[in-house]
Amino acid sequence: MTDFLIYKILLVVGVFTITLVVAMYATYGERKVAAFLQDRIGPNRAGPFGILQPLADGLKFFMKEEIIPSVSNKFLFILGPSIAMITALMAGVLIPWGNTLIINGTAYSLQITDINIGILYVFGVVSIGVYGIMIGGWASNNKYSLLGAIRASAQMISYELAMGISIIALIMMTGTLSLGEIVNQQAGGDWNFWNVVYQPLGFLIFIVCAFAECNRAPFDLPECETELVGGYHTEYSSMKLGFYMFAEYINMFISSAVLSTLYFGGYNFPFMNDLGLSHNAITILGTVFLFAKIFFFIFFFMWVRWTLPRFRYDQLMNLGWRVLLPLSIANLLLTALVLLWIDK
Amino acid sequence: MTLYLFYFLSFLAILSALMVVFSKNPVHSVLYLIITFFCIFGHYLLMNAQFVAFVHIIVYAGAIMVLFLYVLMLLNLNSESEPHKNNTLKFVAVISACLLMVVLVAALRGTDDKMLQDTGSQIGYVRNLGKVMLTDFLLPFEITSILLLAAMVGAVMIGKKSSNTTTPQ
Repeated sequence: MTDFLIYKILLVVGVFTITLVVAMYATYGERKVAAFLQDRIGPNRAGPFGILQPLADGLKFFMKEEIIPSVSNKFLFILGPSIAMITALMAGVLIPWGNTLIINGTAYSLQITDINIGILYVFGVVSIGVYGIMIGGWASNNKYSLLGAIRASAQMISYELAMGISIIALIMMTGTLSLGEIVNQQAGGDWNFWNVVYQPLGFLIFIVCAFAECNRAPFDLPECETELVGGYHTEYSSMKLGFYMFAEYINMFISSAVLSTLYFGGYNFPFMNDLGLSHNAITILGTVFLFAKIFFFIFFFMWVRWTLPRFRYDQLMNLGWRVLLPLSIANLLLTALVLLWIDK
Repeated sequence: MTLYLFYFLSFLAILSALMVVFSKNPVHSVLYLIITFFCIFGHYLLMNAQFVAFVHIIVYAGAIMVLFLYVLMLLNLNSESEPHKNNTLKFVAVISACLLMVVLVAALRGTDDKMLQDTGSQIGYVRNLGKVMLTDFLLPFEITSILLLAAMVGAVMIGKKSSNTTTPQ
């Protein structure tokens, strides 16, 4: 029992640290990718290739003066970024980061916990996440912040629908809500493909919605600087602003992980059973592959951000309600019909 | 352990529910209501009803309360601009709330003690719940879906731009 507890605590701390480090270096990656796409060099002063830039940025955030507007509600003003950060970190608990490691005959799973309604948990955490932005934007007592908060909430609710329905199609196929089982069903060989092969439309809808849920460009209307100054975080300074930005990068990391888990086989990779390696070696290699997939998706997020212009708000709503929602319902019906047909 | 957790959650739920009623600022009321929902979420988990618990969070805390907040923030009510309700309205509200409580107490008084003690059951798991819903309780389930569909159609009809009644300038 104590062994189990110590192991789980180690795993939680490990996942927590990795999430923070990845989010930290995602900010560096973002600037490097932006520089690359715009034919610049990007940060290159702090350390070799500017590798220490995130540390310098973090230090700067801590050292900056902290301003709380005198008219705003102080408690809610602090609560906003805290909620954003907490909910962003919560979803990492359910991601299967790897298969089991066998040490001294005992199997240790690299997933912190595998509750049998895993996807619903992730979905719940995502839907709570909007409160960080809403409460912060309202408590700032600033009309730009308020508009940003209102935009964020409308956007989140609109895109959650299409996202949910695209996931339902996937669940109908896999027959389980547990993320661990969904990954195991996609395990290697014998014409057993990743879910993206069977659910290409669902994947497309899911990734577009993931962009909207993370408030990333081209859907970053809540913080649209040409119209709203800084959007919901106009009044924020110092590390509280840092928390909002950090939460965005953590969300990006987690949604990349969920995307890889649901549609791209998680820690599975092609020919994993034909290599003749030991179980532990395959597990470690699988985790490396999972992170490779996650980093690819993070790069994809950045690639899109620096390529596509921002949507207008009515275009955003049209896309959500008139394109993605009917498409996801059609995908759901199609999946149901095919499943029925195969069953016969 | 479970008992203490139950007492704690119930205390918090009732306290925040009272704060919903007593707080002056409508936005604070909504935030207290969200805390109440999280307490109820905890109660569902204590009863091993995971599916209901998470759906409760997704639907109520994640969608309905966001819409509430959305509307309240748009209206931006404060003590000066809030419309004053007359006493008749308050009186009616109190009486109807009391009547609702009478109905709830009457409904729960006759329940079997056995149902309350059976917390270790696995009926709350998705698989069992789905099977029960689509076999034993198929008719109520379908009726509820039709009710929701009707509400949805009604909302669309109300929200639709009536192009023939209002003429754009």
